[in-house]
Amino acid sequence: MSAVLEVEGLSVAYGKVEALHGANLVLPAGSIVTVIGPNGAGKTTMLAAIMGLLPSQGIVRYQGRDVARDEVEARVAQGLVLVPERRELFGEMTVADNLVLGAFARYRRRESGIDADLDAVYQRFPRLRERRGQLAGTLSGGERQMLALGRALMTRPRVLMLDEPSLGLAPLVVREIFQIIADLRRTGVSILLVEQNARAALQVADHAYVLETGDVVLEGEARSLITNPRVIETYLGLAAGSRRTSAA
Amino acid sequence: MDVQIALLLAQDGLTNGAIYALLALAIVLVFVVTRVLWVPQGEFVSYGALTLASLQLGKVPGTVWLLVCAGLATALVDGVVAVREGRLRRMPRSLLANVVLPLALAALATWLAPRNPPLLVQILLTIALIVPLGAMVYRLAFQPLQRASVLVLLIVSVAVHFAMQGLGLVFFGPEGARTPAFTDVRFELGVMTVSGQSLLVIGASVFLIVVLYLFFERTIYGKALRATAVNRTGARLVGISTSLAGKLTFTLAAGIGAVSGILIAPIATIYYDSGFLIGLKGFVGSVVGAIVSYPLAALGAVLVGMLESFGSFYASALKEVIVFTALLPVLIWLSLRSRHVEEDDEE
Ligand SMILES: Nc1ncnc2c1ncn2[C@@H]1O[C@H](COP(=O)(O)OP(=O)(O)OP(=O)(O)O)[C@@H](O)[C@H]1O
Ligand SMILES: [Mg+2]
Repeated sequence: MSAVLEVEGLSVAYGKVEALHGANLVLPAGSIVTVIGPNGAGKTTMLAAIMGLLPSQGIVRYQGRDVARDEVEARVAQGLVLVPERRELFGEMTVADNLVLGAFARYRRRESGIDADLDAVYQRFPRLRERRGQLAGTLSGGERQMLALGRALMTRPRVLMLDEPSLGLAPLVVREIFQIIADLRRTGVSILLVEQNARAALQVADHAYVLETGDVVLEGEARSLITNPRVIETYLGLAAGSRRTSAA
Repeated sequence: MDVQIALLLAQDGLTNGAIYALLALAIVLVFVVTRVLWVPQGEFVSYGALTLASLQLGKVPGTVWLLVCAGLATALVDGVVAVREGRLRRMPRSLLANVVLPLALAALATWLAPRNPPLLVQILLTIALIVPLGAMVYRLAFQPLQRASVLVLLIVSVAVHFAMQGLGLVFFGPEGARTPAFTDVRFELGVMTVSGQSLLVIGASVFLIVVLYLFFERTIYGKALRATAVNRTGARLVGISTSLAGKLTFTLAAGIGAVSGILIAPIATIYYDSGFLIGLKGFVGSVVGAIVSYPLAALGAVLVGMLESFGSFYASALKEVIVFTALLPVLIWLSLRSRHVEEDDEE
């Protein structure tokens, strides 16, 4: 399978402190790749650098092309889309406006099908339809997550990067989000997923990377990592332990 | 003072206030989208008034040369950047907007000016000559400074003001100009005489404000500008480029300035350097709205117009002083009431 996104030797520094040291990563077309790691490992930094939000060194190749010179907006227009950790919603605008603006680049290209996509997002998140006239800043935490994901879907991404999409969500909604991620892959979207919920991430993903203090320390098939003792101990520890107790 | 005089002053104040309100809105708009405290808004006003005055005299306005020169400078900067970054693909568009369009407008103006076209055509031509300057000013002065602090942007803004004023002297000369009233109609309304000119100015301002409101509420580009104002990073992540938003904003500001200049041209004699004081009054209005609220800014501007007109009756020599002194209580009130507003840092 050809890679839709390739990262080679990506380094990012905040001032003098380097937060990412020459990371390599490959996202094959139509697959889900997850990056897991402890707090402060540099996961968010990596996604921001791929998106072009942070200056970085190294190569980011999207659809076979080095995008170093493309601004964030140009990357979005090509279908490389990020749902950032901080969501960056338009708080003083309505839910509906937030969603419509997700399709801004498509309006500029006079693309069709935007209304249908808006409908599809409302279908997926009926809660957003109910609240479409409400200001985004007044939404609950979970609703904001839905809106961030909905807004990203309105861009019609080819590669969707999600930074902790399940952050602060109720278990039922978390399952819903992972369902959506699996659905999206089926429609041909490639997904780069950063998650604290390592178990769920490894279950949905094809391939996984473990990032620790700015270095990729482990990578492999998601299915194999889920049984890797080191991963179990560090990232699945609690959940694995509880399963053992319940089995006993 | 009897009622009749008071009403007359109020009418004057409202008329000027309506124009200041337009300027205040432009200043608020530029600030929230680009974080630039846009001092030279008044320069667009004097350019507008002087351009219309030239056209009415059948002369080719200096704006023509100004536009062509600014366009060439902009295309040059674009060209240098394009060569340096190896992105010549973008040049045709820049050449079209900054060279072809200004030359076409210049040719049109040169051809039309001596032929004494009807007033409406003169007005449209004036607006068309000034609007493209907005995006050029942004491209030349502010686009390279997107990450700069508000203070740096303010300093550049003041520098741009002096540059634009100097260019005004070069291209329009030191003489003042005043255009004839758009209409001599007067209505008797009880004890009050309402001048058609005042009604026209107020009506045009209100109309423009409504159009702007609809633009921001209903159109995707208007929403994109609001989005940039609310969350720049979020806007970039949906593909709204900060440069595009900046150019669009300055285009709107130039358009609003040109219209204001056209409206004020028959009311006051405008010189190349009159814009500053006019813009400053719009600025005082926008301060009343703490430079973030459109309705309060417009209200503040109308207040400024009123103060000015009543001030000129009681103490004509001091009217400017009165207007700017009015800023003090507003500033005190704002600082007492203020929560600490921190500057959005870019990441
Ligand atoms: N703007 C910044 N300035 C300085 N240091 C920063 C900045 N942003 C992040 N860092 C540092 O870079 C490192 C990596 O941060 P990053 O946000 O990428 O981690 P993360 O893996 O996403 O963590 P989490 O799981 O907590 O979200 C951290 O040590 C963080 O303190
Ligand atoms: Mg993070």
